[in-house]
Amino acid sequence: MAKGRVKFFTDRCKACGLCIEFCPQDVLGFDEHTINTLGYHPIKDLKPELCTGCAICGVVCPDLVIEVERE
Amino acid sequence: MKKVFQKPESLTDAKNHYCPGCSHGIIHRLVAECMDEMNIREKTIGVCPVGCSVLAYDYFNCDMLEAAHGRAPAIATAIKRLLPDRFLFTYQGDGDLASIGMAEIVHASARGEKITVIFVNNTLYGMTGGQMAPTTLLGQVTTTSPYGRKAENEGYPMKMAELLSSNEGSAYICRTAVNNPANINRTKRAIKKALQVQEKGLGFSMVEVLSACPTNWGLSPLDGMKWIEDNMIPYYPLGEFKVKEEQ
Amino acid sequence: MERVLMKGNEALAEGAILAGCRGFFGYPITPSSEIAEYMARKMPKIGGVFVQAESELAAINMVYGGASTGARVMTASSSPGLSLKQEGISFIAEAELPCLIVNISRGGPGLGGIQPAQSDYFQATRGGGHGDYHTIVLAPSGSQEMMDFAMEAFELADKYRIPVMIMAEGTLGNIMEPIIMREPVSKFIEKPWATTGCKDRKPNIVNTLHLGNEELENRNHQLFNKYQIINENEKRADTFLVEDAELVVVAFGIMSRIVKKAVVEARKQGVKAGLVRPVTLWPFPDEHIRTAAKNARLFLSVEISMGQMIQDIQLALAGSVPVEFYGRIGFTPNPEEILQEILRLAEREGL
Repeated sequence: MAKGRVKFFTDRCKACGLCIEFCPQDVLGFDEHTINTLGYHPIKDLKPELCTGCAICGVVCPDLVIEVERE
Repeated sequence: MKKVFQKPESLTDAKNHYCPGCSHGIIHRLVAECMDEMNIREKTIGVCPVGCSVLAYDYFNCDMLEAAHGRAPAIATAIKRLLPDRFLFTYQGDGDLASIGMAEIVHASARGEKITVIFVNNTLYGMTGGQMAPTTLLGQVTTTSPYGRKAENEGYPMKMAELLSSNEGSAYICRTAVNNPANINRTKRAIKKALQVQEKGLGFSMVEVLSACPTNWGLSPLDGMKWIEDNMIPYYPLGEFKVKEEQ
Repeated sequence: MERVLMKGNEALAEGAILAGCRGFFGYPITPSSEIAEYMARKMPKIGGVFVQAESELAAINMVYGGASTGARVMTASSSPGLSLKQEGISFIAEAELPCLIVNISRGGPGLGGIQPAQSDYFQATRGGGHGDYHTIVLAPSGSQEMMDFAMEAFELADKYRIPVMIMAEGTLGNIMEPIIMREPVSKFIEKPWATTGCKDRKPNIVNTLHLGNEELENRNHQLFNKYQIINENEKRADTFLVEDAELVVVAFGIMSRIVKKAVVEARKQGVKAGLVRPVTLWPFPDEHIRTAAKNARLFLSVEISMGQMIQDIQLALAGSVPVEFYGRIGFTPNPEEILQEILRLAEREGL
């Protein structure tokens, strides 16, 4: 069971990919089946079960896309 | 589960206009998080510059002014003098602060104005399309140094943190970067410290933040972060340059 | 009422203080520096703020910041300094921040000299900086008016949310005249737009950026609607012997007092001369000019410049009466030479 959970405001995402790169658990990736209103493939938790709720993704995100919850 | 990370109250819901991977969004959030944690949003007045962050008044959820190019420290000076119990911050880029606004920033620091300056150094003029700034590195190609900045022609990049730390009026001067999570957290601590220095009335405070402009650097957002590490930090060393202690 | 002998610059500074001005931001320049010096002495004693800025640019931007708090604030300078301030004045006009800007004017162009002059008339009345805007411009003619206009300037500034300029020749700053001290102002207009911290309200924003086409055009129309109201309500001029005047002299500031003497002399010599003295340079008192033109065969604009206000007189008259010009630079014309000019023109025109 995952210790953390990420919630996305995907319409804010500009697909810069910083969260994907800095996530220590490799939870995140682009949602290649979606194009948001800004024209990007937004991020998605591809492996949510690995999330520890460390919030590094939120810290590096320039666009307030991510909210993080932790146990 | 409890929320451990969310948008600070001191930012509005507006989507920012910055390019993908631009560090402004991170730095805005750090300032806002500090305002939230110190519970000072309702007594903070911000002054934004001319440059990419010209629209910052749409993003900060507090009273805001938009300054003429380079003049934010003069504006903040007057407000702080007239309303000494408010928190004043200016948010300025390197063209704004280190070029056209050089006189205002140096004298605000020399007078020891009790304001906090967030100085975003991304080595060029972003909004106007990537022209050379006083902070452009030697050899760096910009649209107005197309063959690379040369010392004999364009002089040397200016180190503002070092320069301002020599002023007696400066109470806290720090240079940080936002190129990785650890440095982002250090930047937040520095901004908070700067605001606390203002609260204590110790004098002028500035946090210079080395920041990425992937668009004008012609790099991906991730390579932009690496470029800060590889090129900027060696010339612009991180750390605290002036820390005035309480008497 | 107490009568005191005061220098014009100090009368103006004291008037500002009586009007509740609690912020002065300036940079030294002759012949305006006494205003800053007076404020430097007074402000710390009355809980006000005095900052000697690093430049004229910083000073005017301190005024921008100071005015945004809702406080009554001002700056004072002299002609070359006013040139430097123009960017800031454009911002202040656009942001609709009330404040007082004083020009104790001297001769130009360039560094010019420190002799009194009126050659900043265009700069003052046409906006002066970039973009479509106006400031209200008041032109005092003596020490009493230096005080009174400073007080009125703050009222007008607050009423219309507009920067108000006082343009006074260096002479007016330096001469000493007995004046009646005024009572301090105690009633002030609320300023809910001020940036003072957003406690118990939504954030206020002071901004001059309008990126959208329509937004920018609407903004300019808003400003011009306000200027129209000012134009309709605030034009002021003094007139002297204009009812039957065949030769109407127009002069403002210190010049108007000198011309008045020449007009009296001309009357003694049988020339039906009169005087219109614009008190507001913007809005320009064109109706007073037209009223004075009823019996006029000739207008004469007397200025300490190469001829600037003459254009506003010509615009007001729209070709109905010819307008002559007499002006000097470096010197202030004396009553005798103006009288000679009036007599010369009267003889030429058979008046």
